[in-house]
Amino acid sequence: MPMDAELLRRSPLDSLHRELGARCLPFAGWEMPIQYAGIMEEHRAVREAVGIFDISHMGELVASGPEVLPWLDRVLSNRASALAVGEGQYSLLLNEEGGIIDDLIVYRLSEEEVLLVVNASMEAEDFRWLSLQATTGVRLENRSALYAGMAVQGPRASALYEKTTGCQLPSRLGARAEESGVVCRTGYTGEDGFEWFCPVGEGAAWFERFLDKGKSLGIQPCGLGARDSLRLEVCYPLNGSDLSLERTPLEAGLGWAVSWEKGHFIGRERLAEQKALGPPERLVALRMTGKSPPPRSGYEVFSGEVRVGTLTSGTLSPSLGVGIAMAYLPTLEAKVGRPFEIEIRGRRFPAEVVKKPFYHRES
Amino acid sequence: MVNIPEELKYADSHEWVALDDDIATIGISDHAQAELTDIVFVEVPELGATFQAGDQIAVVESVKAAGDIYAPVSGTVVEVNGDLESDPGLINTEPYEAGWIYKVRISDAAELENLMNAEAYQGHVG
Repeated sequence: MPMDAELLRRSPLDSLHRELGARCLPFAGWEMPIQYAGIMEEHRAVREAVGIFDISHMGELVASGPEVLPWLDRVLSNRASALAVGEGQYSLLLNEEGGIIDDLIVYRLSEEEVLLVVNASMEAEDFRWLSLQATTGVRLENRSALYAGMAVQGPRASALYEKTTGCQLPSRLGARAEESGVVCRTGYTGEDGFEWFCPVGEGAAWFERFLDKGKSLGIQPCGLGARDSLRLEVCYPLNGSDLSLERTPLEAGLGWAVSWEKGHFIGRERLAEQKALGPPERLVALRMTGKSPPPRSGYEVFSGEVRVGTLTSGTLSPSLGVGIAMAYLPTLEAKVGRPFEIEIRGRRFPAEVVKKPFYHRES
Repeated sequence: MVNIPEELKYADSHEWVALDDDIATIGISDHAQAELTDIVFVEVPELGATFQAGDQIAVVESVKAAGDIYAPVSGTVVEVNGDLESDPGLINTEPYEAGWIYKVRISDAAELENLMNAEAYQGHVG
């Protein structure tokens, strides 16, 4: 549905993006930079050096209080109570049917305070759903409008953080509240890196500071186009495309983010049933095996003459130079090495199921 | 600065046309390639195929999106640029030279009057 440009939210870094020559397009209700120099160049910068993305559109919810960890254990799939202060964890917000409302990262900032970083398109819904589950001893706030966010990603990201702040990054998946913001050693690209959340008014100055200090490290401002190709190469799912209310974590291959030991959580019964029977479909990685146009979301997958699924994501991998995609396919057919065909504008092109991820950092 | 050669004709859908007798060479403009960026695949028309002006005739794909190419003039395809199969980025680097897409024997020269000259096209792309 086309969205009135005036209704789109603008990042606090919007003017800076335009000065830097970004091309901005609607994304999840926001007008965000899709690319600056080009997706290929930005993608390469992140794989080989360092890139910086505006992620101010992401939502930041803060939950606090003495009951916050047991409460999160009941409302999320993973075990938040296992987190020490300063640790982060990937988790899923499920409905009673085990369907995925959103995927998010939980950071435990102090004994009784956690930061939940959620997808832009789901911020209001996540807050509404979590508010419905609220209980005594838990306070939930939506601080999304207060934060600017940026992701600095790539093999030189750690060096850039040290050069800029004089401090070392937290360990992998770790988070630390600093005087001027929150730094989290996480990202969505498959590379080392960090995400930095700071007050909106200071966002542009931080973005410029990282760019300036990163010049000698080969930094490149990057748009959401490269973020998408980077995340797909490492098979990180995109909510709204690969994840939805119609899919469970077991179907999506995210069983590792479900904690069975912790007791009850929303959606558990449905997941337990599915675990016992085995999910009927699984999200698999498909790689084109011949010359073909880039596969894209919505293209259909065929086994012989039978349509067996639809691509949920797809692109030409800038790192590998071949078409890559993900699709839910019947579990019995979702085996590595199994050939399929993908229909692109009325023609079928060969593909096969491959082991996830498509791209390994060391390759 | 967008490059808009004086000697070419342009369609409002951003294809350019170079005329040599009754053979028209067709590609996409510098402006169009810059909008698409990073072209990674080109689906060229079939040799011998006949198209009417305005028909969708080829597809140019970047990492992020597919862009349809429309026939600026009617005719029969007499040659396609085979180099684009191995190097689709030629459209990015040389949109008016090595990045041409196909050649057509035009069937109605009067249609050329519907195309823009460089000055009008400059106004069209702003």
